[in-house]
Amino acid sequence: MTAKQVRNFPVHLILIIAVIIFAFPVYLALIGSTWDAARIGRGQMPLTPGPNLIENYTNALTTARGNRIIGYPVQVFLWNSLKMALAIAIGKIVISVLSAYAIAFFRFPLRTFFFGMIFLTLMLPIEVRIAPTYKVMTDLGLINTFAGLTVPLMASATGTLLFRQFFLTIPDEYVEAAKVDGAGPLRFFWSIALPLSRTNIAALFVILFIYGWNQYLWPLLVTTSRDMETIVIGIVKMMGTGEAQTDWNLIMSSTVLALLPPVIIVILMQQWFVKGLVQTEK
Amino acid sequence: MQRRVIFNNRILPYLLLLPQLAITIVFFFWPASQAIYQSLLRQDPFGLRTSFVFLQNFQTVLSDPLYLEAIEVTAIFSASVTLFVMTLALLLALMADRQIRGARVYKTLLLWPYALAPAVAAVLWGFIFHPSIGILGKTLNGLGLNWDYQLNGTHALVLIIVASSWKQIAHNFLFFLAGLQSVPPSIVEAAMIDGANSWRLFRKILFPLISPTTFYLLTINLVFSFFDTFGVIHALTHGGPGRATTTLMYKVYMDGYVNLNLGHSAAQSVILMVIVSALVWLQFRSMEGKVHYA
Amino acid sequence: MKKLFVVLSLLVVFSMLLSACAPQPTPAPAQPAAPAAKAPEPTKAPEPTKAPEPTKAPEPTKAPEPTKAPEPTKAPAAAPTATPVPTPRPTPPPGRVTVEFWFGLGKPLGDVLEAVVMDFNKSQDKYYVDAIYKGGYADTMNAAIAAFRAGKAPHIVQMFEVGTATMMAAKGAIKPVYELAKETGWNLDPNIYIPAVRGYYSEGDKMISMPLNSSTPIMYFNVDAFKKAGLDPAKPPQTWAEVRAAAKKLVDSGATKCGMTFEWPTWTQLENFSAIHNVPLATKANGMLGMDAELKFNSDLHVRHLQTLMDMAKEGSFKYGGRDGAATVLFPSGECGIIMASSAARARIQRESQFTWDVTYLPYYDDVPGAPINSIIGGASLWVMNSPGRTAEEFKAVAEFFKYISQPDVDARWHQETGYLPITHGGYEKTKAAGYYEKNPGTDLPYKQLTRTQPTENSLGLRLGNMPEIRVIVYEEWEKAFQGQQTAKQAMDNAVKRGNEVLRNFEKMYK
Repeated sequence: MTAKQVRNFPVHLILIIAVIIFAFPVYLALIGSTWDAARIGRGQMPLTPGPNLIENYTNALTTARGNRIIGYPVQVFLWNSLKMALAIAIGKIVISVLSAYAIAFFRFPLRTFFFGMIFLTLMLPIEVRIAPTYKVMTDLGLINTFAGLTVPLMASATGTLLFRQFFLTIPDEYVEAAKVDGAGPLRFFWSIALPLSRTNIAALFVILFIYGWNQYLWPLLVTTSRDMETIVIGIVKMMGTGEAQTDWNLIMSSTVLALLPPVIIVILMQQWFVKGLVQTEK
Repeated sequence: MQRRVIFNNRILPYLLLLPQLAITIVFFFWPASQAIYQSLLRQDPFGLRTSFVFLQNFQTVLSDPLYLEAIEVTAIFSASVTLFVMTLALLLALMADRQIRGARVYKTLLLWPYALAPAVAAVLWGFIFHPSIGILGKTLNGLGLNWDYQLNGTHALVLIIVASSWKQIAHNFLFFLAGLQSVPPSIVEAAMIDGANSWRLFRKILFPLISPTTFYLLTINLVFSFFDTFGVIHALTHGGPGRATTTLMYKVYMDGYVNLNLGHSAAQSVILMVIVSALVWLQFRSMEGKVHYA
Repeated sequence: MKKLFVVLSLLVVFSMLLSACAPQPTPAPAQPAAPAAKAPEPTKAPEPTKAPEPTKAPEPTKAPEPTKAPEPTKAPAAAPTATPVPTPRPTPPPGRVTVEFWFGLGKPLGDVLEAVVMDFNKSQDKYYVDAIYKGGYADTMNAAIAAFRAGKAPHIVQMFEVGTATMMAAKGAIKPVYELAKETGWNLDPNIYIPAVRGYYSEGDKMISMPLNSSTPIMYFNVDAFKKAGLDPAKPPQTWAEVRAAAKKLVDSGATKCGMTFEWPTWTQLENFSAIHNVPLATKANGMLGMDAELKFNSDLHVRHLQTLMDMAKEGSFKYGGRDGAATVLFPSGECGIIMASSAARARIQRESQFTWDVTYLPYYDDVPGAPINSIIGGASLWVMNSPGRTAEEFKAVAEFFKYISQPDVDARWHQETGYLPITHGGYEKTKAAGYYEKNPGTDLPYKQLTRTQPTENSLGLRLGNMPEIRVIVYEEWEKAFQGQQTAKQAMDNAVKRGNEVLRNFEKMYK
């Protein structure tokens, strides 16, 4: 062992402990999803995998019928979450890239005013304005609709800010060259600005996908029928108030299913994600 | 800030802005004004009777000792989460920033809790700390601590702090790491040559250099602990026992959706809007400040 | 050229938006999955699990794996319908007058409700009730309120008992049942309903909502643990002094980890406690006679009771198991030897417990003159809602449905399959005549406790504005007392003071 390795030993130790603590709850979920409800319910779950893996996941995906859990297949919830996360991510990217383009590449009356308006939305997370937003949704008849679930979550400034910052870094020469070639603003947008922002779009997509996937309070209020519910809501509702024994095996397998998509996206797109996260929020 | 070279078009920029503005107005300005209006009313849940009461709702809310209690809970909770998260995240970032083997692997493994929904994290932690079936809950009880978060306010608070922090640490870690990696190696080397030890290096060189990140994370964590932790509280403690985990945000939800008192709930929303606006304004100022320096 | 680009870019935007929304109409995974969800239920299984008699049978009642056992309450749900349900929500057939019915009763009991509705739909060809599950009671209430404000209220909504005052105050949003009867020519006789059930939802002798699922708290005890502790299970404790002594003995002898607990703390230990001791919870007959009622539950007796509980907690014979139904699990798991719980918890306890158990009446303080009298109910009732564009025929459909569920046959089946109380005398008599109570000893105890005396103004029910909020207030103050942060007197005084503020606020809202 070299001196450096000795010096680094405590560092590795701390990091490994941290990694274990971070992974522990999820490890338990994985283990829990392989045992039957009775064993978990009695507090006798071992820390090694059990025999009920396939049974639990099949049950969760197709019927989700436990002793007390209302049989609603988790695959419906997953599908809802996926639709919601995709809609929010894509919708938000589209509207913010357009508005950022307008603000960065044009000069027009009320430009600052509009930018200020958009910036203001940064100040109020949906949680704060949730009650009145709910009322507006009621007035518009959007309760328990897919539009009601997704569109209000697109009202945010982060995307616009990110793209504006990025557009400001596109060299003026590009624009001049385009003008000389006779390309209009839309052509420039389509063939220069958009391709250049590929990385940002990808990064923002990861962040927004996770943001959408993990939404809790809004879907809880705006969906009123079970076939509209998202996976996060579905799991929390499975916890219930204890009117009957909690089907931990189902909750655990659903939890694992719920965290797979965002975790896969984070790990696969780590480079973009890190870049995007640091830039967006800075 | 503004580009020198721009396009000229009278209608196009408005068209491009239209979707964003429409959504912003319908789902942001309209509700916000509704909240302010509703906060001046007294109304039954069905909307059958409405009377205009001016600032009475605010007066009631602000003079309510329970509201002050919720402020206290929120303050303790947010301060604990922020401190806990930032200390641990900074420590881990300092470790991972070293030139050690496997740094990338560590980075990935420390990052992925970011992908978990707070509400799902809460379910997992609730399972772990369950007094009779949870692995840690049972251990604590075995140690004679009499762990019971359903009856012990401190236990409940600790539980939601841990559950909320877990995910947020990953997020903070990332930012600190990015901040540390942007410090030029030459500065660090120079300090090492001067014989500075690790602690001095951190205190005199690194910490000042990453202070913008630190400040940014401070506001982010405060806003996070104000709002995003709703799911954790809702899933784990329902604001109890007693009122030990009833934060301002949870009270807005309870008053509006369980107690059906729309006026009080709206007044509380408006107060929260003011608080958050102040925080974000501070952040905006610091952000602009950085732009000027850069 | 420029214009073309404008059009093109807009098209791109919309196609992207559309593609984002496109998956919506793809019901593929949702629909086929549903029948699968129903499939595992035995389609014809009349009362399979009720027969074995777990409570009285001496030893061999220990089921090896309670959670693996076929679910008792679900089987009868499908039994009467005989055919599996094709989808969770069959579409209303054309030509029938259709009414929407939102309910908040979760499975497995909700299954029985759906079966009742389905049978109604089959019983005639003029009307159709479309039953839709809306989540828990609080969710259902919020959904109904939101729908009413949007002008799209359901015709019938199921509401928990503590929402009664809120619904009653919403004049204009609801149509009282007696009015519905008058308008539709339904000869409604309130006397066929059990007084303690009907009274909760009536103004004088006018029925405002339609009773449905009602239960009352009783005391369950672990017979095996009683024997182990040297207690006589044939003579279960009847008074609080006896309960305390028994609970202490259970713990001291090591028979159970905790002696006694209760679910729904305010319902079992405050609302029903006041009723059976014939003391007021609030003035104005617990709010039945007016919105200006004031809470009275800081009396000496109430404080004394909380003190008893605090003392028991200190000596380890009582464990507070959490709000609402959180404590229920402590009994079937064997942790607590005694639980005061809803009569509707019977099915669950039967399924999950691995020991012999029995039931008895709620305990009382024997030095309180006149105690014990009848207990009060909990559960939910059905409300008729107004909304723009309602037709007389739709109300007629609602009345037909209410008439249907009030029939002795239907009520008796509801009572037996869910474990809820019968809502009519007819339903009780029918069940008795069928020998059900002899075959299932203890199942008529809730009915007996509820009807053992004529209800007084203290035991007819509650009608307090924002009762859910008052319950949470009591939880909060009690939890503080159990933690030793305040005395019993302070807890009760604070709860009354805060509760009264809630009541005054509620009153102001309707002035």
